Amino acid sequence: MRVPLNWLAEYVDLPGDATPDSVMAELVKVGLEEEGAHGYDVTGPVVVGKVLEFTPEEQSNGKTIRWCQVQVAPTGEKAADGGEAVRGIVCGAGNFEVGDKVVVCLPGAVLPGPFPIAARKTYGHISDGMLASGRELGLSEDHGGILRLAELGLDPKVGTDAKELLHLDDTAAEINVTPDRGYCLSIRGVAREYSHATGSAFRDPAGNAEPQSTSGFPLLVNDQAPIRGRNGCTRFVLRQVTGIDATRPTPPWMVSRLKLAGMRSISLIVDITNYVMLELGQPTHAYDFDKLTGGMQVRRATKGETLKTLDGQVRKLHLEDLVIADDSGAIGLAGVMGGESTEVTDGTVNVLIEAANFDPISIARSARRHKLPSEASKRFERGVDHSMAKHAAARVVQLLEVHGRGEAQWFGADYRSYEPQPTIWLPEGFATSMVGVPYENYEITQVLQAIGCVVAHVDGGFEVIPPTWRPDLTHKTDLVEEVARITGYDRIPTRLPVAPPGRGYTRAQQQRRKAANALAAAGVTEVLNYPFVTDAQLDWVAVAELASTQAGASVPVAAVKLANPLQGQASNMRVSLLPALVEAAARNHSRGLTNLAIYEVGSVFHPAKTVGKTGDLPIGNERPSVKAIATLETTIPAQPKHLAAVFLGDRNQQQVGTKTEAAGYQDAIQAARIVGLAFGAQIEVRQASPKGFHPGRTAELFVRNADGDQVIGYAGELDPALAAENHLPRRVGALEINLDHLGQVAPESVQASAVHTHPAATQDVSLVVAADVPAASVRAALVEGAGALLEHIQLTDDYRGTGIDAGHKSLTFALRFRATDRTLTQAEASEAKEAGVAVANERFGAVIRG
Amino acid sequence: MTSENPISAAQVDAVVAEALAAIAAASDLTALKSVRSSVLGEQSPIAGLNSQLGKIAPEFKAEAGKIVGQARGSLNQAYSARETELFAAEERAKLAAESVDVTASPLTARIGARHPLALLQEQISDIFVGMGWEIAEGPELENEWFNFDALNFDVDHPARAMQDTFFVEPVESHLLLRTHTSPVQVRSMLEREVPIYVLCPGRVFRTDELDATHTPVFHQVEGLAIDKGLTMADLRGTLEHFARSMFGPDAQIRLRPSFFPFTEPSAELDVWHPGAKGGARWVEWGGCGMVNPNVLKAAGIDPEEFSGFAFGMGIERTLMFRNDVKDMHDMVEADVRFSEQFGLVL
Repeated sequence: MRVPLNWLAEYVDLPGDATPDSVMAELVKVGLEEEGAHGYDVTGPVVVGKVLEFTPEEQSNGKTIRWCQVQVAPTGEKAADGGEAVRGIVCGAGNFEVGDKVVVCLPGAVLPGPFPIAARKTYGHISDGMLASGRELGLSEDHGGILRLAELGLDPKVGTDAKELLHLDDTAAEINVTPDRGYCLSIRGVAREYSHATGSAFRDPAGNAEPQSTSGFPLLVNDQAPIRGRNGCTRFVLRQVTGIDATRPTPPWMVSRLKLAGMRSISLIVDITNYVMLELGQPTHAYDFDKLTGGMQVRRATKGETLKTLDGQVRKLHLEDLVIADDSGAIGLAGVMGGESTEVTDGTVNVLIEAANFDPISIARSARRHKLPSEASKRFERGVDHSMAKHAAARVVQLLEVHGRGEAQWFGADYRSYEPQPTIWLPEGFATSMVGVPYENYEITQVLQAIGCVVAHVDGGFEVIPPTWRPDLTHKTDLVEEVARITGYDRIPTRLPVAPPGRGYTRAQQQRRKAANALAAAGVTEVLNYPFVTDAQLDWVAVAELASTQAGASVPVAAVKLANPLQGQASNMRVSLLPALVEAAARNHSRGLTNLAIYEVGSVFHPAKTVGKTGDLPIGNERPSVKAIATLETTIPAQPKHLAAVFLGDRNQQQVGTKTEAAGYQDAIQAARIVGLAFGAQIEVRQASPKGFHPGRTAELFVRNADGDQVIGYAGELDPALAAENHLPRRVGALEINLDHLGQVAPESVQASAVHTHPAATQDVSLVVAADVPAASVRAALVEGAGALLEHIQLTDDYRGTGIDAGHKSLTFALRFRATDRTLTQAEASEAKEAGVAVANERFGAVIRG
Repeated sequence: MTSENPISAAQVDAVVAEALAAIAAASDLTALKSVRSSVLGEQSPIAGLNSQLGKIAPEFKAEAGKIVGQARGSLNQAYSARETELFAAEERAKLAAESVDVTASPLTARIGARHPLALLQEQISDIFVGMGWEIAEGPELENEWFNFDALNFDVDHPARAMQDTFFVEPVESHLLLRTHTSPVQVRSMLEREVPIYVLCPGRVFRTDELDATHTPVFHQVEGLAIDKGLTMADLRGTLEHFARSMFGPDAQIRLRPSFFPFTEPSAELDVWHPGAKGGARWVEWGGCGMVNPNVLKAAGIDPEEFSGFAFGMGIERTLMFRNDVKDMHDMVEADVRFSEQFGLVL
């Protein structure tokens, strides 16, 4: 809401030196947030001039200019810029006559832009100023010619300050009005709030015009289908004005105020209805009385009904739309926009003024349905003071009489059906118990009366009837806010509440944070990506729980899809973190960051189990039944937290004394182990070929627990084809783990075993097996066979080549044996080792390398 | 008649002098070891003198034994002194040879970093966990009831249209991407017993195009306390403690009247940020208020018995003014150089 200061000052006292900033600083105290200052930005000598003579001069560019002599000060006096009283000025416009009074910007003036005016040589003359158009002054969009003051009904003295004359010296404060404070979308409301903020006296503009009783015009208000049981129209006032000269100019002060308030001047009648809406917050509408057919009805639209609105669009009406109709059909979309068929024009002589109250919900739905957020609908949606309709109609009539030379008639209509204001019970002490300020009872009475409530302090509390312009006050806590707000939030004291002893972070929260920190410490950098993915990105991911996991699977994931994605953004919710992470890697890579190790922790979104309507939602202000909550929950798809990582380029760039090491599947598997560490779980690997990964360089990650092997993710390398598609090098290490699942299958706590201190015996063993036998299986066989004496085992080499048969490999393991109760002999260690070898031999034909 | 001692002092002195010269002449431990046998070994002159002792007349034995013994002792001493000296010199030379340019030390492993938005959420969580609060979480893809209805957003309330919500197909499924962390408030109230003191950090979504100060995907942290007798003074005290923990002991907070459907009274929250770049100033930080009785009722909590407060702020915005991040793009583009500035701490 933009508030011209001169307008505001009519209804509340402003200090003489008030500026938009000083006004906003006061209003913010009562909850009207500042948005910015506005003004015309016209300064310097801008005066009324009279065209004495002009000579049209055709130019070589085909344009005709006028070389004018303009009187800018009374004869014998100096002009406002200290120069001569008559000036030679070049003007490109051709819409004026000798004798016209016009606006002259003399050298030294500055117009909005900023556009400084100076005497300058042009078209062979020294042009000693400028004749201004409405647009150049910031008053209108009119640039068809210069402003002729006679057209505004003005005949001022030559030399008069035109800034004052046209009210270009006014400024406006723009404030943000929250949805509960609809009454502040008016000068009336803001003046009242300014008075609350400062204590300045408030004068109600509702008193500007005396409401008249009115009757005789046939009106039928009949809401045949109320929305949510609420009558669509609760007040409808019609007043007739006859004999208007619709071509008369809108007075300059009104044009200036409308413009500063952010509205365009259109025509006298329309300007007056807008002016009254801004002043009182009550939207009004003027019908050309002579274009009406019969009486008027307020009703819901009928099936197939259409309406051509003022913007020239033919709109198909919905059965829920509330319309104003005459015998010809709908002539207006109630509270949103009028119809073209009864529009006022320059030829309009008799008008019917409407000032009505409509149900906020009905108007909001219509405005949204037709994508027509108008100044009127904005106010009706937030609730309009239903006592204002008669005052607003009277004010429009008054202004039409004064400025349009019309004649007010008693002819009209007046319908009302609204409920009386409710009474709210505010117990004594309740405000203090909410705010923590020890309010006195008299203070509460004072504040509530100041905002317009009728207050009766009775035994134990206050009976409060809120004013008609505050439909938001319905509950005692609303009144508490008023008390706190008006007396000032700075009175609220400080007290730190003591929470009951908490349990700290949950195990899952600790695990996730530890995994994130451990990976960062291990050289992987955390990034965050948007969770939106394209169809193509959906298609290549492997998610253990979803259908498309295995390489070659062709069932696309039925991901959650956004109904209203942003322009240029993908519309599927991710089921895997990897696609966006690979995209992020590509972005980094393209920026010259070619050695990358990045990870992300975030939610993924599984497809909805039950797609479709879930029926009506429970109402908002009572606890739904256990069953209703359960129903809501079943509609929400699973959203497990995942962790993914991508590695590419060099793991270790070449540096002093080190060699380059290329990153790959090893980094992915190592990162998985680190995550396992953070979760207290032993993550094991086995060969796998999930979708999107390199079929020969990828592991399935699993945790072994009492229920068997629990697959929690994949680690390996990205399918080189996908790497190429993303303009990445061939080797891209990739990892994705379902952290929620990992947390579920990880042991709940670590069970410690004793640390034994008898000396250890170490031995190595090299076993030759077929090349396709996984090292982990050979290792497992050794562990099983060697038994309890084997404390530690490490694969130290995988050798193929000279000395080993083709299709075979030699795996070397370092073994550490220890007994719990004695010093082991080498013979005992050897015996255990051989037992292990025997199992490996039995399972895989492993033989000790000769 | 006197006869002379066959082992004369002069003779011994000469042997000692020669041997000392040889020891002194050894320039390193290897050379010293190689002279050892010639000066102290079985074939050495001093050993020869020693073996003569057994053959000389008894009256001279005592004296000769004494001077030979002394000579041998001094040679042993000289040898080991020289050995120590040479060892130390060699050790010094070795250390000198082992010197490196420590400024050229390589990274033996990569160095990673956390994302500052994650770090900031953790830091804020730590402050509240330190006060006994717990951290609550909820789904990002949420049912409309938790995001709106239960929070006193009427179906037709203008505030509900204001929210710029991402809806999910089909719209009748009532699923949306949560527009704020407030649905976690509702879940906490439904799941927990009063008193409730929870903090809900997390990701939220609005249909804003990405620019320098907006992003469709961002983070909030929201606090909720429900207890007997809580007032706006408790809200203010909590926010003040929070602000000081985040911005230092000189931080202050300021409340301005505002409107949110789920709180009444409601307030905008400004923080006095003493460390702001360009000088201390007031910064808009978030919104807060006393939990609206309708919200308590939606969770089955009797507003006549309990009251509560809630507050929320944007993590991105906080990071922007706390750490002087100037452009939202830096926070969402996943450029590792952005995270790397922070490492493991903000």
